[in-house]
Amino acid sequence: MAEITSSKGSGKKGKPKKLSTRVDFTPMCDLGFLLITFFMLSTSMNKPQTMELSLPSKDKVTEEEQSKIKESTAITIILGKEDKVFYYFGIGTEEAAPEVIETTYAPDGIRKMLLERNLEVATQIRKLKDQFANESISEEELRKRSSEAKDNKMAPVVMIKSSDEATYKNMVDILDEMQICSIGRFAMVDITDYDKVLVGIMENPATQNP
Amino acid sequence: MPKVKLQRKSTWVDMTAMTDVAFLLLTFLLLTANFIKQEAVTVAAPSSVSEIKIPETNIFQIIVDTEGKVFIGMDNQEKRIELLDLIANQYNISLNDGQKKEFSLINSFGVPIEMLPSFLSMPSETRVMQENALGIPCDSINNQFKEWMRFARQVNSDLTIAIKADQTTPYPKIKNVMNTLQDLRENRYNLITTLEAMPEGI
Repeated sequence: MAEITSSKGSGKKGKPKKLSTRVDFTPMCDLGFLLITFFMLSTSMNKPQTMELSLPSKDKVTEEEQSKIKESTAITIILGKEDKVFYYFGIGTEEAAPEVIETTYAPDGIRKMLLERNLEVATQIRKLKDQFANESISEEELRKRSSEAKDNKMAPVVMIKSSDEATYKNMVDILDEMQICSIGRFAMVDITDYDKVLVGIMENPATQNP
Repeated sequence: MPKVKLQRKSTWVDMTAMTDVAFLLLTFLLLTANFIKQEAVTVAAPSSVSEIKIPETNIFQIIVDTEGKVFIGMDNQEKRIELLDLIANQYNISLNDGQKKEFSLINSFGVPIEMLPSFLSMPSETRVMQENALGIPCDSINNQFKEWMRFARQVNSDLTIAIKADQTTPYPKIKNVMNTLQDLRENRYNLITTLEAMPEGI
């Protein structure tokens, strides 16, 4: 059997040739990255965010619950067409026509007004968040204390009335503002005819005298 | 001056390490991935600062497109078949096992119940076509969406309702959907949004 090894050697010394054990990994590397690219494109890494919204159940809304809102703390926001927002203080009765103000969704628009109105609670929440960032309070405590702070009786109650021309984005934006401004008490309310009149006057000042 | 002789170096690079990295990443991606599910329509969700993540299971998704057409989808394939059986009973439509199987594989759909048998018989490529995105009737005369929701709750009582609507969807359409849900005493929803940074200093 020893002859077999020397069959190639033809006269030279029967030393086996040392083959390199190196394998070219370049194609395999290419393949790996190709697969990575494919998986990156076909998967969604981040789950979508959600915004939690609770509406009152229909049969529970009664007069007494609605009348709980104090005139002094109420703010009515009306979402108009073409990304316009209108607001007035109070709940808007025909006896005392409220002063309707037009604003925008920009930071210096509706947010500024809401923050000013909700200054006390907003500062409290901010302090709590700072404390949480400094790790002096736990997440549980943060949640508990911020819901306590939001329960402030003096904090504004916001009523969101959306006109039929508003879009879903407007609705989400305004709900978002509630969260940014730490407003704990807000409700989505159906728009009344009176509100439509008020907004109508704002949009066409020429027809002000009906 | 003496001639500088450059030594010829081999261009061979050891790719082993790079391959290791590539496959490590690949493994990671494979294990963490959740594949994008094909939806009946694509909608651009509005952004919000909310950081709550949507739960992984027991979701009843309601998609409202730009025109206000309603599409629904539910996870858990077994529950889907149960739901379909209930609906088929209610509306007296008969479906064969193949169609039921197809239904369990669809993530979201939006056709009136009358069209459901023919919709399920068509190949999946034509199913996603525009003319088949009719939406589920959701008006006071023929509110099939309400029935779907009612039976879905019956099938799975732990359902979380997730509403996904396009930015430009008119508010009345959303309100209509929410009103229907309120009629069924479903008062907690998750509105699906994309993440937006919380403004500074607040």
